Amino acid sequence: MAQPHKPKLAVWKFASCDGCQLSLLDCEDELLEIAGRVEIASFPEASRTRVSGPYDLSLVEGSITTPHDAGRIQEVRRASRFLVTIGACATSGGIQALRNFKDVREFTSIVYATPSYIETLATSTPIADHVRVDFELRGCPINKEQLVEVISAFLHGRKPNTPPHSVCIECKLRSTVCVMVAHGTPCLGPVTHAGCGAICPAYHRGCYGCFGPKETPNTASLSRRWDELGASGQTLLRVYRSFNAQAEAFREESNVYEQ
Amino acid sequence: MNSKTIKVDMLARVEGEGALYVRLKGDQVADVKFKIFEPPRFFEALLRGRSFADAPDITARICGICPVAYQMSAVHAMEDAFGVQIDPQIRALRRLLYCGEWIESHTLHVFMLHAPDFLGYADVVQMAKDHPVVVKRALELKKVGNAVITLLGGRAIHPVNVRVGGFYKVPSKRELAPLAEQLKWARDAALETVRWTAGLPFPDFEQDYEFVALQHPKEYPFNEGRLVSNKGLNIAVREYDETFVEEHIPYTNALHSRLKARGAYFVGPLARYSLNFDRLSPLAQEAARAAGLGTICQNPFESIIVRSIEILYACDEALHLIDAYEMPERPAAEIPPCAATGYACTEAPRGMLYHRYQLDETGQILDAKIVPPTSQNQKIIEDDLRRFIPQVLQLPEEQLTWRCEQTIRNYDPCISCATHFLKLHITRE
Repeated sequence: MAQPHKPKLAVWKFASCDGCQLSLLDCEDELLEIAGRVEIASFPEASRTRVSGPYDLSLVEGSITTPHDAGRIQEVRRASRFLVTIGACATSGGIQALRNFKDVREFTSIVYATPSYIETLATSTPIADHVRVDFELRGCPINKEQLVEVISAFLHGRKPNTPPHSVCIECKLRSTVCVMVAHGTPCLGPVTHAGCGAICPAYHRGCYGCFGPKETPNTASLSRRWDELGASGQTLLRVYRSFNAQAEAFREESNVYEQ
Repeated sequence: MNSKTIKVDMLARVEGEGALYVRLKGDQVADVKFKIFEPPRFFEALLRGRSFADAPDITARICGICPVAYQMSAVHAMEDAFGVQIDPQIRALRRLLYCGEWIESHTLHVFMLHAPDFLGYADVVQMAKDHPVVVKRALELKKVGNAVITLLGGRAIHPVNVRVGGFYKVPSKRELAPLAEQLKWARDAALETVRWTAGLPFPDFEQDYEFVALQHPKEYPFNEGRLVSNKGLNIAVREYDETFVEEHIPYTNALHSRLKARGAYFVGPLARYSLNFDRLSPLAQEAARAAGLGTICQNPFESIIVRSIEILYACDEALHLIDAYEMPERPAAEIPPCAATGYACTEAPRGMLYHRYQLDETGQILDAKIVPPTSQNQKIIEDDLRRFIPQVLQLPEEQLTWRCEQTIRNYDPCISCATHFLKLHITRE
């Protein structure tokens, strides 16, 4: 009898810190189990093995910042049945998307100091700006339980269960006292996508938005509250421009404070 | 004369993306290029205009494997600029956090990235089929490192709890207690790891390196000390820029560092160990002797044993720190920003990591310089390849290529870290 087909998993990297694919190796309790359920066909951070495509599931980390990578992602898409982006770089351009807001002349001068450098694009953009993406997993970094959920959902042919609500709901679920209401600490929780487990408020600091905007965020209202708490326009500009600066809701709100 | 090229277009089991090109003429190595083609991410540019307080969170994103190292160098550089003294218990917690990163990162490298080279497996999953006990113990050990970071930092990758001056929240002595139980198990597992790695087959390859690492009067170095070498270097961290220089090499996206006076130098576990053996805990020293290592280790392939010894030391040190811990009165020192320049080096798992920030009177970053360990080791990596390849030249192509990759992996290169830079100048002849 023929062996049942094991789905082929590939992990791809574009401009990033490797933290999201490391989350897979950080699944200490599940790693060998996952490795038993899929064929790890390509995962350069962890293996010399290269099995050619097509791949059943591609996990893509990182953003597009070079012409070469803009071409490479097309090949990855063609070779992949399901393509899942993992992390803030792949879903919203990452911290390196801060270049997108630079004065063009200033940016050009930075690039111009390196004329023969393999061309760097003037922007850092998410994978979905280039190819069709089947599912996006948020976070800088992603949450490894959510990663296991995505892989498990894929293996069972169902939709991953990753709630789109705000970090506030997670705070309530873990009974953390609201840092903004109780202590007047500015917090991005009300507009930020859940998934981290509301870590920052549990450590007495405001959420800094590393999972990017939630569905239908009211950023203008939150900015008014920050203003009442004494945050300057410069501060608001900087908080929206961090690890998910290129995500539409954060980008537009940050532009309000551009001088 | 026969001419041959070894090409590794995608270097596996390293962090980030790199390649290797070696050109051979007969039995001579004509050219070696360790190429880093990871796209630059311009961290030093995007830090400009940010607040000093953003630096630990932003620079953590240079590397997902050693974010604590970036956070530690950033906070120390800012505190150096503003003349801030931190509470001794905050200092202890920072050392504890670093212990967690060393345990997690070194275990990842020893078992998942490096050991498969010695035993002929493509990866740890393949290795697990024949060595299930070893791999399961490794995963459990790595998990203890991550547990330390998660408790102190909130999460293992890109911790959220580190700030300039200290932490947002400090743990009580009681909260740290469960970690001690895990660390006692980890200390035994680390001892077992030292024995296991000492039994791997090592090529005969002792080299006369210039080792550079931090040196503290009493402690094995994490966060502070003077920069010393075995060839006469002994400087304060703020003299770094006068002593070291970054060079622009056409074929790689990462700058090459060298000592202005002497050229290539070596940072990382071998350098720390060889310069600070007497500052290791008695348990770690004893394990090193039992493993057959001297007080100086000059064979880069044996870095896998030295990393294991550092895992053991980190477990041991973490237990001492937890035992002596008293909760500080406040989680962070007050920070009075002023116009100044701050400097810091700390010991990332892969080696010394330098940060320098120039700040204005409001604490806004005007200029940043970051020199990660992999940039510093690039020259030594190429030197090793030049010297090692003639020893293995007779091997069949596939094995020769594998040996070249192993020579690079001795350094646990972190390629994402090495390509964070602002400017690259190309030199042409």
